[in-house]
Amino acid sequence: MATNAPARVRLILPGRPPRGADSRSAADRRFGYLMVAPAVILLLAVTAYPLIANLWDSFHFDNLSYAGLPHKFVGGHNYAAMFTSGQWIAALEHTLLFTAATIVFDVVVGLGLAMMMHRKFRGRAFLRASVLIPWAVPTVVSAMLWKTMFDPRAGFVDYFLGAIHPAWANLTWVNASVWRAWTVIFVADSWKNVPFVAIILLAGLQIIPNEVYEAARIDGASPWQAFRRVTLPMLRPALSVALIFRTLQALLVFDVIYILGGGGPGTSTETLSFLNYQTFIINTDFGYGGAISMMLVVIALVISAGYVRFLRPQT
Amino acid sequence: MTAIARQARRGATRQVLFYLAVLLIVVVALFPFYWILRTSLESNNQVAAGVGGSNGVIPSHLSVSAYANIFSQQHFLTPLVNSIIVALGTTVVTIIVGPLAGYALARLNIRGTGAILAFILLAGFFPVLAMIGPLFLLLKDLNILDNIYPLIIVYLVYTLPLSTWLLKNFFEQIPRELEEAALVDGATRLQTLRRVIIPVALPGVFTAAILSFILAWNDFAFAVSFLRTTSHFTAPLSIATFGQSQFQVFYNLIDAAVVVVSIPIALLVLFAQRRIVSGLTAGSFR
Repeated sequence: MATNAPARVRLILPGRPPRGADSRSAADRRFGYLMVAPAVILLLAVTAYPLIANLWDSFHFDNLSYAGLPHKFVGGHNYAAMFTSGQWIAALEHTLLFTAATIVFDVVVGLGLAMMMHRKFRGRAFLRASVLIPWAVPTVVSAMLWKTMFDPRAGFVDYFLGAIHPAWANLTWVNASVWRAWTVIFVADSWKNVPFVAIILLAGLQIIPNEVYEAARIDGASPWQAFRRVTLPMLRPALSVALIFRTLQALLVFDVIYILGGGGPGTSTETLSFLNYQTFIINTDFGYGGAISMMLVVIALVISAGYVRFLRPQT
Repeated sequence: MTAIARQARRGATRQVLFYLAVLLIVVVALFPFYWILRTSLESNNQVAAGVGGSNGVIPSHLSVSAYANIFSQQHFLTPLVNSIIVALGTTVVTIIVGPLAGYALARLNIRGTGAILAFILLAGFFPVLAMIGPLFLLLKDLNILDNIYPLIIVYLVYTLPLSTWLLKNFFEQIPRELEEAALVDGATRLQTLRRVIIPVALPGVFTAAILSFILAWNDFAFAVSFLRTTSHFTAPLSIATFGQSQFQVFYNLIDAAVVVVSIPIALLVLFAQRRIVSGLTAGSFR
């Protein structure tokens, strides 16, 4: 055993007492590998296999629609096609803009919601449960729900808007104009995901000891100062977790896009994940789709590497 | 005297504003569900006529025809059963495989623990849509495309990373003396695990089970990519395709299905709220 190996393990498992007999720890280790193996093998099968297959496919021609043609090596052709494709660049832009808008909104509103749920008041449990339900229902349900709400005949959005201003009755939203289509997607997505951010931030608020606030109050800090100088810095770990989770989910957004207009009108709400689905499943182009997938993986890796780095020193 | 009264009044105003904000949030979270329920209780004629006039926030008549229709004519029971099979299957596999890995990573001094944990975390962040191409081809070659059972394994990518991390954290909090005592008494590792550790860890496993069921129940991306025949659809996929080939979208049918799919989730949230919250947060940072 390398001398520095136990030190690293100890870093990960704090407070480890010294081991007993060497023979038992060796047997334990063998047993340990057996116990970890199913989880690792299953996860490798569903992630590492697609990763390697995508890498291979992305350098080949592989389209089921032209089943007669050989799956020959095409070098970087798929990548070159992707980087010069107007549709891919547009999808990248949509994805990045959607991500930026959605994480700012979700974190700001989620923080407010978390601070409300943190206060002790009658009905707090009810507030938490009612906030948790939108998060827990399937994305298809939240998307379909908002599709109904924004429908000019079935929903309440135009019904209420029409009560304010007659010209706002019977507007079409889903798949109508670029702005309206994005509005529906944004509302459906945030309605489901703000609660998630709020729950993570609430947990972060709960581990801030009350004494810190007491001390700030005694030192004459205003509530705003206490928020800026105490709450925000101490909430940093929870904020980072919420941000990274939401960033990844937003960059890979698919379900709401599919349900709310299928990338339309035209291709104006297509995202990278949606384009990937279309390329694979509708166009059955596994070479070009492989290239799009590899870019998705690179994006996800960059974001999550930050997350792993953030988690390491704590665990 | 007046200063105190003013302060009290300001406190009361603040209290009222706070409760108004709470009310606003509850309305935003729940009113759409009311509207879904309301629409699902409309007849086809009411849907065709649209919202307005006497058929406003409170509908003009109530009818359960949409619920009768989705089960008798749209055969919604089949996708519902498919979803239950897949979500339960994934949950069972997760709570067998997850605790084993979580225990070994928390307690047994295996080499590469950090790397394995990092891999499991990264697997949880793997882009779902980047998996569907190769898995589609694999399932096609194995002749199990358009089949719900492979989804049980595929959905592990949603459930295993969260569950393993959550249970690893849970096992670390169980006092080591508990199992040391059993080991000293001559029990093997496996016996210790079964008789001592598992009973103590049951709440953690239960949390992992609830979260796994929700995550598997909610999938859409894999289902829409791999399933073709309507009788093989899962419930979310089935909802997404309801009333698509018609000139008029029958929102009462869609929303009746939405209500049916949301009920198990809403019940889980109401009865296991604390567990879900603690599981979500324990799985993400600690």
